[in-house]
Amino acid sequence: MPDARGGVALLTALASLALGASPGRAQREQPSRATLIVDVSPDGPVRTIRAALSLVARGGTVLVHPGTYRDTTIVVDVPVRIVGDGDAILDGEGKRQIMTITSDSVMVRGLHFENVGVAFTEDLAAIKVIRASSCEIRDNRIDNAFFGIYLQEASACIVAGNELRAEHVRDAMSGNGIHLWHSRDITIAQNHITGHRDGIYFEFTREAHVHGNVSTDNLRYGLHFMYSDSCDYEGNTFRHNGAGVAVMYSHRVQMAENRFEGNRGSSAYGLLLKEIADSRLERNSFIDNTAGLVADGATRLVAEHNQFVNNGWALRLQASTEDAQFTGNDFAGNTFDVATNSRSSSSIFRGNYWSAYDGYDRNHDGVGDVPYSPVRLASVVVAQTEPALILLRSNFLYLLDAAERVIPALTPETLMDTSPAMRWVQ
Amino acid sequence: MNTLVKVLKYQSKDAARSRWLIAYAAFFMLVSEVLLRFSSDPMKVQLSLVSVVLFLVPLVSIVFGTVYLCNAREFIELLLAQPINRRQMYGGLYLGLTLPLVLAFVCGLGTPFLFHGSDAPAYGTLAWLLTAGVVLTCVFTAVASLIAIRCEDRLRGLGAAIGVWMLLTVVYDGFVLFVLAAFSSHPLERATLGLMMANPIDIARVSLLLRFDGAAMMGYTGAVFLDFFGKGYGMALTAAALALWVLLPLTFGMRAFERKDF
Amino acid sequence: MTEPLVRITHLAKAFGSLPVLRSIDLAVRPGRVMAIVGPNGAGKTTLIKSLLGLTHPDAGEIWFGGSGVRGDEAYRARIGYMPQIARYPENLTGAELLAMLKDLRGEGARLDEELIELLDLESALAQPLRVLSGGTRQKVNAVMAFLFSPELLVLDEPTAGLDPLSSRILKDKILAAKASGRTFIVTSHIMNELEELADDVAFMLDGRALFVGTLAELKRITCQKTLERAIATMMRRGVLTEAA
Repeated sequence: MPDARGGVALLTALASLALGASPGRAQREQPSRATLIVDVSPDGPVRTIRAALSLVARGGTVLVHPGTYRDTTIVVDVPVRIVGDGDAILDGEGKRQIMTITSDSVMVRGLHFENVGVAFTEDLAAIKVIRASSCEIRDNRIDNAFFGIYLQEASACIVAGNELRAEHVRDAMSGNGIHLWHSRDITIAQNHITGHRDGIYFEFTREAHVHGNVSTDNLRYGLHFMYSDSCDYEGNTFRHNGAGVAVMYSHRVQMAENRFEGNRGSSAYGLLLKEIADSRLERNSFIDNTAGLVADGATRLVAEHNQFVNNGWALRLQASTEDAQFTGNDFAGNTFDVATNSRSSSSIFRGNYWSAYDGYDRNHDGVGDVPYSPVRLASVVVAQTEPALILLRSNFLYLLDAAERVIPALTPETLMDTSPAMRWVQ
Repeated sequence: MNTLVKVLKYQSKDAARSRWLIAYAAFFMLVSEVLLRFSSDPMKVQLSLVSVVLFLVPLVSIVFGTVYLCNAREFIELLLAQPINRRQMYGGLYLGLTLPLVLAFVCGLGTPFLFHGSDAPAYGTLAWLLTAGVVLTCVFTAVASLIAIRCEDRLRGLGAAIGVWMLLTVVYDGFVLFVLAAFSSHPLERATLGLMMANPIDIARVSLLLRFDGAAMMGYTGAVFLDFFGKGYGMALTAAALALWVLLPLTFGMRAFERKDF
Repeated sequence: MTEPLVRITHLAKAFGSLPVLRSIDLAVRPGRVMAIVGPNGAGKTTLIKSLLGLTHPDAGEIWFGGSGVRGDEAYRARIGYMPQIARYPENLTGAELLAMLKDLRGEGARLDEELIELLDLESALAQPLRVLSGGTRQKVNAVMAFLFSPELLVLDEPTAGLDPLSSRILKDKILAAKASGRTFIVTSHIMNELEELADDVAFMLDGRALFVGTLAELKRITCQKTLERAIATMMRRGVLTEAA
């Protein structure tokens, strides 16, 4: 560490020398945009980031040393790198937005933001990017923010490795962790978001890449996006969120290897797909949710090699979902495998493993010889008369179910897996 | 109390040697052993066992209990000719019947789990499953005792036992479903809870549902149930309802037994 | 005349609308054997069960040793009972059954296990009751009745199902016990047997005790020489009375 400090100091000195000015003069005789690296520290010559920004050269670096900084909202309107060196805390004192970025090519890294103000008329954030591109927001820690990282009409930005932690208790008084509006080509990776309203929120965003994030215990959704086409999501974990993940009114969504876990509640689900067309779900895990996947108007959805384990309802297919394909998924230990509100279904199930399947495989090719109807009578009954849920696993329902299997009267006849796998596919 | 313990001691010794009871224990042992062998997940095994327990424990308890006590008529007469109190004797007969059944059930179902070993949460739910089975045994032997005292004829006793079992295990839930469907426009959560409290098999089943189907029970109405059974007063009410299901038949049986002419 | 050990007054019992006992009056004096005879359905067993507290009479009183038995159970410690049907917990052994009775009656009583030896029951007692023959079970019954050296023994058809030798042993046991001051109430269908054992006779028909008195008196009033004939005469008379 001492070596690095020395290096930085040396660099600063060199830069000052090269510009023909001593560091002391540069600080005293403002403004000069000549300094490549400006140090900010609570007891140094430059005490605020705002001051440093007026000194630093385009493309230069503001190095923020440990300490707590309480300043008015910092507006970053030049391409610059703002880097925290140690525990540099930017405190909004619960009153204001902390940083507004309006310039392209800004990097914010390693800072600790806390106490963003809450307002009803304005979305105050720890970091708000407005109409800028090529920004990079990395490895920051954001505590107790109203909105965390807010990208408005931004493009080609990277938001990675940030840790956002809030302790909101009410929907109306809370903002989203990472919020994107009218943005495109954004990478959101390896962030941890917890305690916000929505962990990650997109609206009118295109070509976002969401990878490796962990979004847990948010009041509403772990991930919530609308009108955002051509986005892909991979390797994220969404756990214990109020309602789960909602993906709405979008096309060409790719979701792979995400985990949707423990989203329990009266209207909670792992993943809601609403009015989604031509999307793919691959190798995701839906575990321990009240409803694993809810597909409402998910046209031409392709779901392959996903796991649905220990959910109340593994899959809720609304009648509006057409031509969905479910292939090679594992359904195990769910109270209900599939529930639907229609007797006819155009969805295709093939080669899935169902732990509730009781058929046989005489030629030992791993494929059950009798088709499996994953919609149980009990789920139809419960869909019509909700309190009947309490009769689950009663002998009476078993009897009805047995009768229903012999002569189907209420369950959809066309919804069946004609080639159920005998063993787990995954 | 002394008499009760003595009657209990000898009667349970007799019941425990019954071939039916041994078969009962062996059956549970076999089922859980086979399930554990074919599935690596003890929770899933327990889930399969829930249905078996809810179906078989009441049936065996009430049928075995009724037939056993009907057959013990001469034995009861012999006991009554001794200088002992009828109330205590009835308690002894009831416990002498119940304890061997409880023991057979707990050992039969539990042993394979001990043998295979599993993790703490699995033991937790296993404890719930065992408790449910034990309570159902206590309830249905109490009903069996009442039936055996009230029915002179063994066949009629058997018929009554199977009738009560059918009623509580199948017919009642059908009735509940009918009510729920017929009044589906009304808010029925509380009424449903009340209906469940009136049937011991339903109480046991719902208590287990909350442990095994927690995810589903978080659904809209489900949350209401979960809330109820999760709260202290809900648990207390459940326990009280089950206790009533033991104490009411026992009290009626005891009163009938005191007045009965042999 | 000594104070009777058992006194029954105006005892009545009906099962539903069917009267089984109609105002029975009866006294059994200590040290004597009272035979209760009568055709099937006369009320003999109900009378015995009332005495033992198995059946609750509708009216009348039963006195044992000078005090009423209603609501009491301690008096049964002074009675030994040998029931007619021997169907007991089939998985217990005879020894366990005896142990249970000893347990229930507690300490204090002088145990009389002579019959086990006399009837050669040692090995049979080690086996579960279900494998024993009817006769052997009846022997176990007899042992249970005598076990606590009770003042009163109530024997319901004691020799039914017993082989002649065992039957003889049992009768000798009864006579010996009587000689030592014990009191008996015995029912039987075998009149010769009662003739040998009984001092007193109660003849029952249709829930009534038509005759209660000594054997000699019964023979005298019926002008018969044997009990069997005396009872036959009583039955004919009884039927005639009923008809009238």
